Amino acid sequence: MGAKGQLVSRRKLSAKNSMKDFKMLLHQPLLLLTIIAVFVLLFIFIMLPIFNVFKLSFTNAEGGFTTQKFIEIIQNKGYGQTFLNSMKLGLIVALVSTFIGYVFAFALTRTEMPGKGFFRAIATLPIISPPFILSLSIIFLFGRQGLITKTLFGIDTFDVYGIHSLIVVQSISFFPVAFLTLTGILESIDTSVEDAAYNMGASRGHIFRTITMPLSAPGIASALLLVFIQSLEDFSNPAVIAGGFSTLAVETYRIITGMYDLQGGSLLAIILLLPTVCAFLLQKYWLKGKSFVTVTGKPSQKGRKLHEKHIMWPLFAFCTVISGIIILFYGTVLIGSFIKTWGINYTFTLEHFEYVISLGWDALKNSITLATISAPIGGILGMIIAFLTVRKNFFGKKVMEISSMLTFAIPGTVLGIGYVCTFNQKPLLLTGTALILVAAFTFRNMPVALEAGTSTLLQIDRSIEEASTISGADNGVTFRRITLPLLKQAFFSGMVYSFVRAMTAVSAVIFLTSPKWTLATTKVFSLFEASKYSAAACYVMIMIVIILTAIVLINFLVQTLLAPRTKVYK
Amino acid sequence: MKTMERDIEEIQQFSGKSSGVRLSGVTKIFPQMEGNGEFVAVRNIDLNITDGELVTLLGPSGCGKTTTLRMISGFEYPTSGEIFIGDRPMANVPPNKRGISMVFQSYALFPHLNIYENIAYGLRVKKLSKSVIREQTNKVIKLMQLSGMESRFPSQLSGGQQQRVALARAIVIEPKVLLFDEPLSNLDAKLREHMRDELRSLQKRLGITSLYVTHDQSEAMAISDKIVIMDKGDLVQMGSPKEIYEYPNSPFVANFIGKANFLRCELKELKDGSAFVKVGDVPITVPNPGPVEIEAGGQYCLCIRPESIELMPEGDGIPGVISRATYFGSKMEYEVQMGDNHLIVEIYNPQLSVLFHEGDHVKTKLDLECIRVLKEEEIIQD
Repeated sequence: MGAKGQLVSRRKLSAKNSMKDFKMLLHQPLLLLTIIAVFVLLFIFIMLPIFNVFKLSFTNAEGGFTTQKFIEIIQNKGYGQTFLNSMKLGLIVALVSTFIGYVFAFALTRTEMPGKGFFRAIATLPIISPPFILSLSIIFLFGRQGLITKTLFGIDTFDVYGIHSLIVVQSISFFPVAFLTLTGILESIDTSVEDAAYNMGASRGHIFRTITMPLSAPGIASALLLVFIQSLEDFSNPAVIAGGFSTLAVETYRIITGMYDLQGGSLLAIILLLPTVCAFLLQKYWLKGKSFVTVTGKPSQKGRKLHEKHIMWPLFAFCTVISGIIILFYGTVLIGSFIKTWGINYTFTLEHFEYVISLGWDALKNSITLATISAPIGGILGMIIAFLTVRKNFFGKKVMEISSMLTFAIPGTVLGIGYVCTFNQKPLLLTGTALILVAAFTFRNMPVALEAGTSTLLQIDRSIEEASTISGADNGVTFRRITLPLLKQAFFSGMVYSFVRAMTAVSAVIFLTSPKWTLATTKVFSLFEASKYSAAACYVMIMIVIILTAIVLINFLVQTLLAPRTKVYK
Repeated sequence: MKTMERDIEEIQQFSGKSSGVRLSGVTKIFPQMEGNGEFVAVRNIDLNITDGELVTLLGPSGCGKTTTLRMISGFEYPTSGEIFIGDRPMANVPPNKRGISMVFQSYALFPHLNIYENIAYGLRVKKLSKSVIREQTNKVIKLMQLSGMESRFPSQLSGGQQQRVALARAIVIEPKVLLFDEPLSNLDAKLREHMRDELRSLQKRLGITSLYVTHDQSEAMAISDKIVIMDKGDLVQMGSPKEIYEYPNSPFVANFIGKANFLRCELKELKDGSAFVKVGDVPITVPNPGPVEIEAGGQYCLCIRPESIELMPEGDGIPGVISRATYFGSKMEYEVQMGDNHLIVEIYNPQLSVLFHEGDHVKTKLDLECIRVLKEEEIIQD
């Protein structure tokens, strides 16, 4: 290429380009303001709290840098064991959940198995259900007064508390995460590849081993990492059924609330934070590039799915057994909420409901209020950040992308500690207010909306928004009138997820609730600690009803508010 | 019919709002993600589009035509150089304030809005009064023959109708400049020709300055006042379709616009504007060698279009052998082997002319008036 025009060095060029980017931004004040506002929010509510956790951990009484406490913690045998416990639990649960999730996903996407709708519904139940419910159930079934252990077999020496129960409960809680991830992957693998192999004479088993399995390998790794994160973060289950088996998330809480050792707590929190963030970054950036999925945009011929009896029925049996267990667990809690004294007096009663409503109505109201406030904020914020990071160019875009995604990997306990030590003094005095809870919900639950928004936006032809711009619309109008309506589905799932997570959050809020602002989940936790299991069962049942109602309502609202304008003026 | 004409007249009023476009020394360099390189998409382009003109940017993919269009629209900004719309420099004007419209390759209709709202969108954004919006929108709907489809959604329309909606949406805001980014490439051949003619007549009636990007040379020939040929980021030739076809300034242009035969030659003498050349041993006199600067003694190539060659069974002419004969209905296409060279020859209306077969010996006669002398570069023979 004989260059006639001037050639500039690459660095100068990119500097020049960002200068121009910046100049263009100056002419779009709304966009610039939005970007700055998002950065400020991310800084205050995500980066600063995390930074403060680190600062607190490595600062001595005089305010100087110290690693003394850190070394103490590392050398402490008990904490070492706790760390190993968490890792072990995370690994086992990741493997079990991913296995169950894969079988479910494969059976639902690749076979003509009957009852798919039912299985899908069962697999989403653990996602939307309040915490403690499965732990409660396992105590009802296998505890000292357990229906199976005591009433059925007369055993009263079986210890329900410990890692075995945790594995069962967490596997059921988190296999839906693996299921959803793997469903996405399996659905996007073009089945014509499998058909081609079948055509060449390969057996179904051979195809699975040589094609389906390797193609879905990145998805499996993704699922493993995501479940691992969830298991590590999990506070509610180990808090109530781990017995003597200590985990990081719970130990952190105990140190802070039991020993008033905030520094020790935040150090443990950092030890908890590192593996989750590593796993998350691995999943997000390393695996993304490894995906074999190719979207051709050409709808491939829908061939017949697997229907051989010897493949379909074993899968069906597996899914049925897992679903049976889930139904058993939820059913137990449902029945438990209407029973006088579990294990002793199985008569029907409504007294627990009366008790719970008189005692916990305020907490429920608080939860609903705060979730209702934070869900749309988180949803909109997620869509805005998705719009900015996918569609716009500006300095620090990568920072915005990573930091806003990061809260997904930050264990609630860590965020909670960060919020406590960041917002306990002026000018950011928020502790004890509802605002701190709203902020925690909004920022902790936003990543799902962001993720959904980002992937939807990537599929929408950029020129649709350009068409709006060239018609004279500024960024604000384009976002409101074009982008947001097109993101309706993503917005909906983001809102629902935010709402559900806000209703069911435990670890993030356990340090943030105040006498004035108690939440439903903390109420359940205290019922649990007081061994009022039947009351706890009532409470979570009421929460499930509220959550389901809310999902229907949100869906209705999103559909009506963002409905296309159909009026025609003649 | 009467009312329709009146509508057009009313719409014609805004031809007064249309304005010219000028590019001065515009360069666009993209930093390349991989390696340390950079990619010069557009290099030092000067271009002047006068008011009301339709200019086509034509070139193979990657030649920089779309980048040029996007710089005018404001979605990209030049690395250096300046763009003017009217007399106003555009450096600091965002796309939505430039007073231009664009028809996208994918149409980019808003999938969640019905046809009426798609078209009215730009007017609503301007916050015009309801009655004005209604009046303007309905006028354009009628003009684009979209009446009755107002309440449908884009996905319920055929490709041609979607194309009309995209155009309607673009003209309803009375733009100073209308940009077309390969707007017809998604239509099938028949419809493409039809829409092409419709588009051109509409543009003429409305008199909107238009810039049109395409890689289809026949489309460019059919609709343009002026064609700009681009190659690897450079503007290589600019002129009316006739000028470009008849007086290409390089083998690249000659080959890109239509078909062309190239014969290596030596320029023996230049006299009274005529060039005396030798192709191998055959002397040829070129009375009208064209725009390229040439001098005696140099190596050049002759460019001759397939339709400017006659074939005869015998008589005066350069001898050759038919190596391929293809029947196209409206024409016969022959490949004639002449020593080391081969020529593509097109004979129109084959019903009335002698048909040759592969292996026949023929005499070829070149229409000397139609031969151009071009600088030799790597000649793409296909």
